[in-house]
Amino acid sequence: MTDTAVLKVRDLKIGATIYPPGEKPHEIEIVHGISFDLEPGKVLGLIGESGAGKSTIGLASMAYGRGGVEITGGEVWVNGRDILQSRHSDIRKLRGGEVTYVSQSAAASFNPARTIMEQVVEAAVEQGKFSRRDAEGRARELFAKLGLPDPDNIGARYPHQVSGGQLQRCMTALALCPEPDLVVFDEPTTALDVTTQIDVLMAIKEAIRDTGVAALYITHDLAVVAQVSDDIMVLRHGDTVEYGPVDQIINTPQEEYTQALVSVRSIDHEEKAPTEEPVLSVRNITARYKGTKFDVLHNVNVDLYPGQTLAVVGESGSGKSTLARVITGLLPPREGEIHFAGRTLTPDFNARSREDLRELQMIYQMADVAMNPRQTVGTIIGRPLEFYFGLRGAKKRQRIIELLDEIELGESFMDRYPAELSGGQKQRVCIARALAAKPKMIICDEVTSALDPLVADGILKLLLNLQKIEDVAYLFITHDLATVRAIADNIAVMYKGKVQRYGQKSQVLSPPFDDYTDLLLSSVPEMKIGWLEEVIAHRKMESAGN
Amino acid sequence: MNPIVKLLAQRIALSLLLLLMISVVIFVGTMILPGDVAQSILGQSATPEALANLRAELGLNDPPVARYFQWLFGALQGDLGTALTSGQDITSAIGSRLSNTLFLAFWAALIAVPLAIFLGLLAVRYKDRWPDKLISAVTLASISIPEFLIGYVLMYLIAVKLRWFPSVAMINDSMNLWQKLNSIALPVAVLTLVVLAHMMRMTRAAILNVMQSAYIETAELKGLSTFNVIWRHAFPNSIAPIVNVVMLNLAYLVVGVVVIEVVFVYPGMGQYLVDHVSKRDVPVVQACGLIFAAVYIGLNMIADIVSILSNPRLRHPK
Repeated sequence: MTDTAVLKVRDLKIGATIYPPGEKPHEIEIVHGISFDLEPGKVLGLIGESGAGKSTIGLASMAYGRGGVEITGGEVWVNGRDILQSRHSDIRKLRGGEVTYVSQSAAASFNPARTIMEQVVEAAVEQGKFSRRDAEGRARELFAKLGLPDPDNIGARYPHQVSGGQLQRCMTALALCPEPDLVVFDEPTTALDVTTQIDVLMAIKEAIRDTGVAALYITHDLAVVAQVSDDIMVLRHGDTVEYGPVDQIINTPQEEYTQALVSVRSIDHEEKAPTEEPVLSVRNITARYKGTKFDVLHNVNVDLYPGQTLAVVGESGSGKSTLARVITGLLPPREGEIHFAGRTLTPDFNARSREDLRELQMIYQMADVAMNPRQTVGTIIGRPLEFYFGLRGAKKRQRIIELLDEIELGESFMDRYPAELSGGQKQRVCIARALAAKPKMIICDEVTSALDPLVADGILKLLLNLQKIEDVAYLFITHDLATVRAIADNIAVMYKGKVQRYGQKSQVLSPPFDDYTDLLLSSVPEMKIGWLEEVIAHRKMESAGN
Repeated sequence: MNPIVKLLAQRIALSLLLLLMISVVIFVGTMILPGDVAQSILGQSATPEALANLRAELGLNDPPVARYFQWLFGALQGDLGTALTSGQDITSAIGSRLSNTLFLAFWAALIAVPLAIFLGLLAVRYKDRWPDKLISAVTLASISIPEFLIGYVLMYLIAVKLRWFPSVAMINDSMNLWQKLNSIALPVAVLTLVVLAHMMRMTRAAILNVMQSAYIETAELKGLSTFNVIWRHAFPNSIAPIVNVVMLNLAYLVVGVVVIEVVFVYPGMGQYLVDHVSKRDVPVVQACGLIFAAVYIGLNMIADIVSILSNPRLRHPK
């Protein structure tokens, strides 16, 4: 044990009250005795899937428990004081002064009613570290250092007036403004587009280096944490799996779980050649939202072949979800036509036949909100069986069980409620509900984005497997290129409402690239130390989110 | 055009339209009441000729639509007609009554609104602890007890037993402000108790709703004191619902104080209205109805405008 450590955690135990459906609320332990040291100027990456306890540990370094979370045991030493023994007023001085926090969603973490500057300098002024004037000067320096445009005036803006990537930089400025000794970064780039992510990541990395602050960097993405950390701690279910220097974790992982994380995306999918007749042809689609004056889709043309997958890939605002809305008839296009299974679809879904509705199903990103929380899994899957096929009683039950077997859950899930399922299981139920209609095609809108990598991997494997059995085509909307590689036969790269690049997977993902596709492909973090600097040095084009 | 200007213009236009519709409702409503004004003025023993003469004189034989527009244009020019029973000009009679009512409402609001918001903030600060429970219990009790009862109890304790303030809230133009305030102290106290609970509970609920937001956690992690977190970060984002309930209660202070005015014999609009309803003095009832409606709609319009202005996205477009 060294005495220079900024943060010293010993045998940290954290509990939470849970409210399982149908049972009495009770206490469980979610972090079981974690220990680590953090020296000044060093970065420790905390990595794990959701539920691993990484955010909880990060917040514990500020003696903070989110919701019903409570620190139940152990020691947390900050600058030589055990903060778990400190008085409330001392903890308040610690928060925002010695230790600061950068959250995942800057958009939600900035108060919409106050200017950025007011919020950036608030902690520094409140804690008596700087006068208001000095704090504002420091904030402007930080804005410039973090690469924000117009650093002298951006502080006067309100949070909704800047982009997501910019706001995340502002949040970093907020954390660095009081000259803290430790910053807790909690998934600071997860909500950003992939091309924006590397700019913000670079800005954070340089800011950490220049200010000499120590940092806890929390993320689920091992490739990201490999770029910024000195040490990495791999967590699972509240236990340490592996803890060591970044080089050792990335290149010679000892534990099986770490190895799985390092080599995730094990799917190897051979692309299929286009068959003669596409099941879906999008022809010359141009669309805009009601009440706006600009098109969000410009002359889009893509084809989807039976039993194949077309991946529509792009960043937020590229028009990929709008395309799904046009195909499903939620947003009738201004121009163009959609041919589906040999007929032309009516633009508005209200006028479509039940057959059209049945053959075109959808799976959503947020499985939680796509299901009625008061219906059992059986009812949810049974509904399309009743609605489209008039199945009742034993026949319906029989079919539900078949579907549950197909999604690898089994009959025992029939009477469960969505709240009793994990994220991956919920998404499986949504897949079964879509399949129940026996569709020719399913639109999958970011279906794995909200899931942990290993769980997402399982869902992708299931989807590929089901495609073979049911001969269903997928229109797969995603921002994640690794997912595209795993599942696509054809790819459409979208940028600012246009199809930038389109063709078979091998073609689209092989050089020569256009500038945007190149930017997009090169921005996907690689599990390689020093990758970040390399890619920044070789960039041809600025990312859109800045 | 700036979207906020457009929104505000829409809001104001809508309010005026609503007021026009209400004026129709008031007019039609008073028309379909049973009974005949001429009959009630002249009494049961009136001769048919006298009744016919009076009807012609009052314009009761004109078609209703013509009478409505006559009334409406008169009202727009500040002429609310003449009271049937006294022959007095309604506008001048209402004028002094209305200013008395507004005087009472103003002082009640001046105490009740800041107090309610402060208690609401306090209840959030000590959520689920004894101050919160005490505030909730007391304000709930005060809203649950009929206001006339509170009025009489206060009158008995403070005016009769302690002799601090007069029991009858008479005011007139010869009194100075201090004398007037002394006179209305008791009705102001009762009104404050009556409207406090609504506003305090809405403030509490609106702020607690905002307290779930991620930016509240950010503020807590800056080491701000709980009260600063509430005041600087939660309150500015819960203004819209709070203002709405405040305005509803202000409207109540103006149009709903009939009982209190009667209890304290206060010379305000409420008493005036009650007197003339019992005498079936239709023009006075119509005039009071119109003024009450205008107050209600006007205050709610202000609430809408404040809600719109409190939204930073509208105030500072991209």
